[in-house]
Amino acid sequence: MDNVGLIGMVSIIVAGFTIAVGSIGPALGEARAAAQALSSIAQQPDEANTITRTLFVSMAMIESTAIYCFVVAMIVIFANPFWNYVITKAGGQ
Amino acid sequence: MNISPDDTIVLHIGPIALNATIVYTWITMAVIVAMSWFGTRKLTTECKISRWQNLLETLVLGMKNQIRAISNQEPDRFLPIVGTLFLFISVSVIMSIIPGYQPPTGSLSTTAALAICVFVAVQFYGIAKRGFIGYLKHYLKPTPFMLPFNILGEVSRTIALAVRLFGNVMSGSVIIAILLSIAPLFFPILMQALGLLTGLIQAYIFAILSIVYIASATRVYEEKEQTLEKYGKGKE
Repeated sequence: MDNVGLIGMVSIIVAGFTIAVGSIGPALGEARAAAQALSSIAQQPDEANTITRTLFVSMAMIESTAIYCFVVAMIVIFANPFWNYVITKAGGQ
Repeated sequence: MNISPDDTIVLHIGPIALNATIVYTWITMAVIVAMSWFGTRKLTTECKISRWQNLLETLVLGMKNQIRAISNQEPDRFLPIVGTLFLFISVSVIMSIIPGYQPPTGSLSTTAALAICVFVAVQFYGIAKRGFIGYLKHYLKPTPFMLPFNILGEVSRTIALAVRLFGNVMSGSVIIAILLSIAPLFFPILMQALGLLTGLIQAYIFAILSIVYIASATRVYEEKEQTLEKYGKGKE
């Protein structure tokens, strides 16, 4: 297989793996956070405002790892520097 | 497919090429300025106020209350920067339902600029509150060995702030672009509505995180002062 095909194949497989593996951890973490927040809202309904605000902020912090994986996957698929390098090399010859 | 509006060149002015990010940032700024000017043209303190004044008062009061609740400090000092960040991000997200408008926060350069603004503001408020030496001392806080880690934490949370906002806004537009090619009739509208929700939450989170960072740079001093006051009172 030539370089172009190899780079394309590896990019697509790695992008899929990145988003697949990277979403497992944040999903479990967000589920735990949401479950804890729900049970504490059930225990103390008066504090629902504070708990919801803290829940949103912590959800965003937890979610950001998944977002990083998504950004890396998008870069690998749509703005891959190696792919562009190989293409310009091939075009220049 | 473009994953950032940076690559789209809209027009050339002499040797300078204006890309879509700059143009849409200017449009967003113009909309915010026009709305604020229009809303504050006829301010009254009477019982019957205009709709625009009601809207702006609700916004400003809501932001003030949130800042007060999170930072436990008077919000007037922090309102200009945090409120501006929130307004800019949320207006650019809301305007993304207009066809042809690309939100400028979907470009990493815009979000990096906003995150650097937050980074500078943290140092500024910290130094203004605790003095130059006093602020720099907090980098040596537990032990001087922690200095590299404190600096690393400061830098990495700025990068995280930028990439988080960029990833969320960009993912919304990329998902809509992909769906348009698969199921163009109805489904993209649902995803756009979902994108509005997550975009507004992200604007809120960006503002909340920046106020948390600023408050953590200014708060320690006050706690120390309060414990000192308590201790002094106890002695008397």
